[in-house]
Parts: sequence; structure tokens; C-alpha cells
Amino acid sequence: MRPGTLWRLVGIAILVVACALAIYKLPMNLGLDLRGGTRMVLEARDTDTVKADEDAVVRAKEVIERRVNQLGVAEPVIYRQGAKRIVVELAGVKDPHRAREIIGRTAQLEFKDEQGNVIMTGNDLKNATAGPDEYGRPAVHFELTSEGARKFEKATRENIGRPISIYLDQELLSAPVVQSVIKDKGQITGIGSMERAKDLSMMLRAGALPVPLDLLHSEVLEPILGKESIDQSKVAAIIGAGLVVLFMLAVYRLPGVMADIALGVYGLIVLAVLASIHAVLTLPGIAGLILSVGMAVDANVIIFERIKEEMRGGKRLRAAIEAGFARAFGCILDSNVTTLITAGVLYIYGTGAVRGFAVTLGLGILASMFTAIVVTRVLITAVVDRNPERYAKYFGA
Amino acid sequence: MDIIGKRRMFLAISGILVAIGIIALLARGLNLGVDFTGGSLLRLRFERPVTASEVSKVLTSRELADLDLRKAVIQPIRGTCDVQVRAQVGGRPLNDEQVGRIVAALSQKIGQVSVIESQMVEGVIGRELLGRALMAVVIACVGIVIYVSLRFEFRFAVAAILALIHDVIIVLGAFALMGRQVNSPFIAAVLTIIGYSINDTIIIFDKIRENLRLRKKETLEELTNKSILQTMTRSLNTVITTLLAVFALFFFGGASIRDFSLALIIGLMTGTYSSIFIASPIWLEWRMWDRARQQRQAAAARTKQPGPAKVR
Repeated sequence: MRPGTLWRLVGIAILVVACALAIYKLPMNLGLDLRGGTRMVLEARDTDTVKADEDAVVRAKEVIERRVNQLGVAEPVIYRQGAKRIVVELAGVKDPHRAREIIGRTAQLEFKDEQGNVIMTGNDLKNATAGPDEYGRPAVHFELTSEGARKFEKATRENIGRPISIYLDQELLSAPVVQSVIKDKGQITGIGSMERAKDLSMMLRAGALPVPLDLLHSEVLEPILGKESIDQSKVAAIIGAGLVVLFMLAVYRLPGVMADIALGVYGLIVLAVLASIHAVLTLPGIAGLILSVGMAVDANVIIFERIKEEMRGGKRLRAAIEAGFARAFGCILDSNVTTLITAGVLYIYGTGAVRGFAVTLGLGILASMFTAIVVTRVLITAVVDRNPERYAKYFGA
Repeated sequence: MDIIGKRRMFLAISGILVAIGIIALLARGLNLGVDFTGGSLLRLRFERPVTASEVSKVLTSRELADLDLRKAVIQPIRGTCDVQVRAQVGGRPLNDEQVGRIVAALSQKIGQVSVIESQMVEGVIGRELLGRALMAVVIACVGIVIYVSLRFEFRFAVAAILALIHDVIIVLGAFALMGRQVNSPFIAAVLTIIGYSINDTIIIFDKIRENLRLRKKETLEELTNKSILQTMTRSLNTVITTLLAVFALFFFGGASIRDFSLALIIGLMTGTYSSIFIASPIWLEWRMWDRARQQRQAAAARTKQPGPAKVR
């Protein structure tokens, strides 16, 4: 073996080890279709009193971020889309349905007197916790800010013996009759379940949304479905890759072995890069990967056919391999650039899962070009260099 | 094998297929998923396999009559206890309360049921998504035409695009005929088919380009035919390996990915077919037509101006 080839082999070995380490160490970032979760597109709406302007949308996004924090989701994705929209993606949230409920709710709390005058709102609350009231009914206990306490003290003094109504988003929760002057603490009942009391206290702590948000699009996927998808795609990937490997062995024999090894390297590279750029793996993304396994073989096929052709034209094996790789390169490049163009367009115009597909497809194409042009070549040279004439029959037509 | 000699026949076959595809599209239309039309999609999990009519009976029962779910599309998912329901109420997606009522009615009459997936899409978002999808397809095509024109020639680019439109119409037509659902992953599948079809076509064009440079005394037809045959093994081997992978996806990848895989299977097959039998013949016809026109013009020029060259 020539020293150059040896060094290249060592380089590939290092690359393989590095990729394996990266896959082993870095967690794979799974999309919501693979582990359950929810995705929402919310749009801010004007009300009679508040306009859904830039400021309102910015504040709404902050409120959503606080609420998501309260939910304790590991890697929430919250971003703005256009002027009035906010997109929330919570992959891996345990109860996606409840998460959607908590995030989309305006949670505008209002205390009103008999005449309907607003005494105070959720903004005057300093803290809120859920717990049973003295009769064991679900309730939210709140503490007021100093300004809130001042307002509430004045209102309760003026309304002794009369009810104060508590509204959540215009829905009447309860209307307790004021027994005595209350300063800085109180409770809200009429909530229904303890679960709902917990959610409400959470929303009150995070604050109300400045404007109501309309839910334009929501997807909710239970984690069980995500797990099934992962299991099924694993089976599909193993069977698909297995069939491709067998096919290459059957059709191309020795070069086929090289191509199969290159395919293994290709798989390692793609997974390692996906993990290290924190790309989100989605179901269509996995489909893209499996698809690109088929396409990864293509570059090898082009090269092998080219080598055969060169040998038919009268070249010796070593020269044919040189010429085969050199000539196949332009062809591989041209054919792959067009697929890269579509992957790029998909990435720019796609949303959610389709974007994941674009990433894996694009990455797959780049990695397949690399493995076919570099890895397969080094492997073949390494084997053939010892005794070209002996191996010639494995490549010939 | 003489492919080019029979090119008129292949062009005719494709013409018929495309015509069928267009008629299917016009007559039956595409079965657009909720992500494009707006509405709700629920995936319900029962404890035993359930038929569509069982679910339909409950949805149209008197207690849900006010929701008017007669147009709901109910699809049991093969090999599972899941049923997919697509519905709208007054042109809008179902709200939580309505979903709750449906689930309650189903669990009362059929048995334990849970919603394992739900999608609610307002019409406005669906229309936007459809617009973006069409935009993506158009931009991808323009990008490809530009690249191929730069690297090859404009005639190759247009032939490749025609072959690709042929593939896309056949896939769309097949989906219209089968009534399969068209959703956003389907768009990804179509774009993949576009990429693949072009990729496949270019491999052959690359060969034609190379043979044109080395050309000796063969006719253009012979040269094109030779190029197609030289790349045939590659075309077939590549489509076989890719199809092996996609068939694995179709059979083992689960219900969510099945329509996506089906679109790819049809697209890969027509993509390979059109690269071999359609793209090169179109290019050849065009090039021969161009040359015939040039010769006619040259001949016309000669007869009009009998210059000294002719006298000599």
C-alpha cells in the first residue's frame, strides 16, 4: 500500500470514530411527531380597548414564555411569524392538550362591583397558588401588590354586604359577598376542579395576555404515537438499508462491499452532523434519510459503471479507476446540485416537519457525495493497489 | 435496443397518461388534507378495530345532529385500532367542547376511546400553506432551469422540466384517482420527485453531452440512443436501490408515512421512465427541428441571393 493511501485510511478511521462518539454523546433532538407534543400558531386580535400592535405582540410572547417555563418543557421553541403571529412548539410536553389550553388562554382576571366597575385585574396580583378553600373546594389563593392591596381595601370597605364578581375572560367564576375589609390576600372559588385551579394559578403568575390570541392552527400529538413512529421507522430503516446493502453485494461483488462500507460511513456522518447541529429529527426527516440511503448508492453506481466502461475501452484497472472517479465527478455534481436546490427551497418555504425533511435530504446528499468520492475511492485504492491484475475481474464488465 | 426509433410511441403513451392525469385532476380533484382546506383531523384510538360505518353511525346520531357531521371523512387505519376522522363544523375546525362531545358519544356507544392526535386548522392558514407550497414548486423549477441552462443548454433544461411536469401530473393524477389524501408531507414528496427526476435526467444528458464532444459519424438519433443505453444500467440500479428503501418505508414505516411513501414510489417510477423515454426524445426532436429550420433558412437565403458562391 502506498503511504498516501495508508494515511487516508487512517483519516477515515478517525472520522468514523469521531462520528460514532458524537452520536453516542450528543442527544438526538426529536421533533414533536416523534415524541409527542403540541404546535400552535396564534394570532393577536384587536379588542375594543387594545390594539394588537408590535408592543402588544412582544408582551404576549413574553407572557407565553413565562407560561411555558411554568409548564417545565425542556426545549420550547417560541418565535414570531409575521407581524401578529406567534408560533409555539412544545415537543416532549407530557400533557400536550393541557399545554395548549394554558398557553392560548388570555387569562384576563377581573374583579367587578355590582355596577360593573372594574375594581382590579390580574395585574394587581403578586402571587397565586392553588389549594382547597375552608370547605375543601378547589380555589386559587392570591396575594396582592401594594397598589392592588390599596384598591382592594377601598373596594371591600365600600361594598360590605354586597357581592364582588370575579370574571375570567368575561366568564363569571364566583361572586362572593364581602363580609369584611380585605387588604392584601384573598381567594377565588367557583373554579371547578383542582386541576383547573392549578392551571389558573399558573396563568395568573405568568400574567394575562395583553390581547386575546386566536388559535389559527394547532397540532396535538400524544407521546405514545411518537414512540410508535420511532419504532416503525427503525424497522423500516433497518429493512431498507439491509435490502440496499444486499443488492449492492449481489450486483457489484467486491466494489459492492466497498460501497456498503462507504454507506455505513455515510450513515454515521449524517447522524453525527444532525446531532451536532441540533437539527430536529422529524418523521418526514427519517423518511428523507431512508430515501437518501437509496440515493447515496447512486454515486457509487455511477462510478462503478464508469470504471467498467473505461476498462471496456481498453484501460488497465488502475488507470480505469483513476479515470472512472475523475469522469464521474462532474456527472455526480451536476445531478446532485439540482436535488440540493429543491432541498434548499423546501427548507425556506417549508414549515415544521417538512423543514426537517429538507435538512436531512440536503445533508444526505452532501454526505453521500463525500463518501462516494472520497471514502469509496480510498477503500478501493487500498485493496486494489496490492495486486491490480488479480482484482481486475471484479470490476470488469 | 432502439429506444429513440420508437420515441413517437413513448411520447404518445406519455401523452395519454398525462391526459388521464389531467382529466382525473379536473373530474375528481385532489383530496386535500386539513392542513390545506382547514378543519379538524382527529386520530382516535379504540380498544378494538372499528369500522368506518360504526363511527359514522355515532357521528350522525341525533345527539350530535347539531354539529352536522354528515360530511365527516372517516378512515380506519389498517392494522391498528385507530380511526382517522376529518371534519368541519360550519367551515371551521372543531373546538374542544365539540371534540369532547364526540369522544363521549363514541365511548358510550362503541367503547373506550382516546384522541391520540388532533389537528385544528383555520381555513386562512390552509390557504396560505397551499400558496407557499405552490410557490416552493415554482421556485424550485426556476432554480433548476437556471442551473441546467448554465451547465448544459437551454434545450436540455426545458426538456428536463417537461419530463418533470409529466411526472408530477401523473403522481397528482394517481392521487386524484385513488382519492388519497394530499397534505404537507405530500408536497415534500412531490419536491423530492422533482429533485430525483431531474437528477436522473441529467445523468443521461451528461452522457449525451460527452458523446457529442467525441462525436464521429453517427446521426443524432444514434448518438442519443447510445447515450441512453450506456446509462441504462445506472438508471435501473439506482431506481431499484431507492425503491427498495422506499418500499421498506411504505410497508414498515407506519400509517403516518404511507401516503408519502406511495407518492414517492409512483414518482420514482415515472421519474425513471420519463428520464429514459421522454426527456431525451423531447430534446432530440427540438434540436432536429431547430436544425431543420436553420437549414431551411439557409437554403432560402441561398435561393434569394444567388451570390458568387453558387455560381462557382
